[in-house]
Amino acid sequence: MPPRVDPPLALLAELSHRCPLSCPYCSNPVALERAASELGEAEWRRVLAEAASLGVLQVHFSGGEPMVRRDLPSLIAAASDHGLYSNLITSGTLGGEREISAFAAAGLKHVQLSFQDFEPTNNDRIAGLAGAHARKTSFAAAVRAAGLPLTVNMVVHRQNLGGVPEMIDMALALGARRLEIAHVQYYAWALANRAAFLPSRQQLDDATRIVEAARTRLKGILAIDYVVPDYHGVRPKSCMNGWGRQFLNVTPSGKAVPCHAAESLPGLVFPSVRDSSLADIWYRSDAFNRFRGTDWMAEPCRSCDRREIDWGGCRCQAFLLAGDAGRADPVCALSPDHGVVEAALQQAESAPPAFVYRHFS
Amino acid sequence: MERLEVSATSVLRLAPHIVFRFDETRQRWIMMAPERLMLPDEQAVEILQLVDGKTGVAAIIDALATRYTQAPRELIATDVTAMLQDLADKGCLADAAAR
Repeated sequence: MPPRVDPPLALLAELSHRCPLSCPYCSNPVALERAASELGEAEWRRVLAEAASLGVLQVHFSGGEPMVRRDLPSLIAAASDHGLYSNLITSGTLGGEREISAFAAAGLKHVQLSFQDFEPTNNDRIAGLAGAHARKTSFAAAVRAAGLPLTVNMVVHRQNLGGVPEMIDMALALGARRLEIAHVQYYAWALANRAAFLPSRQQLDDATRIVEAARTRLKGILAIDYVVPDYHGVRPKSCMNGWGRQFLNVTPSGKAVPCHAAESLPGLVFPSVRDSSLADIWYRSDAFNRFRGTDWMAEPCRSCDRREIDWGGCRCQAFLLAGDAGRADPVCALSPDHGVVEAALQQAESAPPAFVYRHFS
Repeated sequence: MERLEVSATSVLRLAPHIVFRFDETRQRWIMMAPERLMLPDEQAVEILQLVDGKTGVAAIIDALATRYTQAPRELIATDVTAMLQDLADKGCLADAAAR
């Protein structure tokens, strides 16, 4: 029986792959899309209108760096007109007070600002941009001055994980109500740099203890969302809460994908918003239906009592680590391919290699 | 910044970035916060509709106690306060007096 398909909850609008930063764990595909192929303003406005009528509730403007687009205030306004709750995911390295006021006036509801470390030198080294930390700090002040709620997003890994207490202090000092401490997820650029990022068990356990204590201490003051590296887990993450169940991503050139890494999967043709309506893409495209429900699963997922909890884990990770998107996520201890994850964890106990920075090839 | 403590004397409003509305697609009330979607149940919806910046928590409890005569007021008071405290801790509520 085909699975029941509910309307999507959220749209990730990747406005551009252009970005002043070159983080070596960037979640954008290794083959970045060029400016010339980007959707125009009218096309994005149509996508936002279609998303709202499809039932999407929240839109996340992201990239790359979405602030490279001059039409961003107009796109935020369009989202507001359609009743979409809008969120800006930014590096905070382009613009400041003037831009933020325009976004707030257009109806933006929230800003998620990324940092690479609490400590400026290491932040700028990881970002590959001198002065980035200072720009981000003044950007945060502009967000608060405009009355918008701020979430600080800290990407953590073995080269900055020891600074979690200072990251928490920094988020408080910047006036954030939410702090996301997200371990690097190993796709695209981050997979190429995995050995430079994956923390040891000890490092992870220390950080987790600090986060748990801070959550209790700062209840009602700072909410801390904590994303652990799935490699260290026993069961896989419920990736995107299931393929094509809640989430829709549109890339800068208009390709619709169920998650930002899905383009790495071979044998799937992702439809473009230039050729199809979002409703057709969501309900009727082969790509979105391919891993919906549980019928596609092989063992050990098929008979697993968690099959509708974690949905077999991540399809991209299954392909990247086991060579087949239809297999169990190798992060799962029950997966026959789990050995590759154990080997990577073994490597995390020794010294890290140098970074490969994100770049257009 | 201090934690907002909810008590019977509190007067609350939704925080400025919180959207509480009826969703036509799903035919139900929803509440949206930064990168978070909440689906309040029927009772929570009744309570949230009274979080208007004017009605105090004690008055919200009274309103519910009048509607649900089988439940003791004390129990309703505990449930309402706990729910509002949880939402306050998530940054969804603000003190109506503070600007």
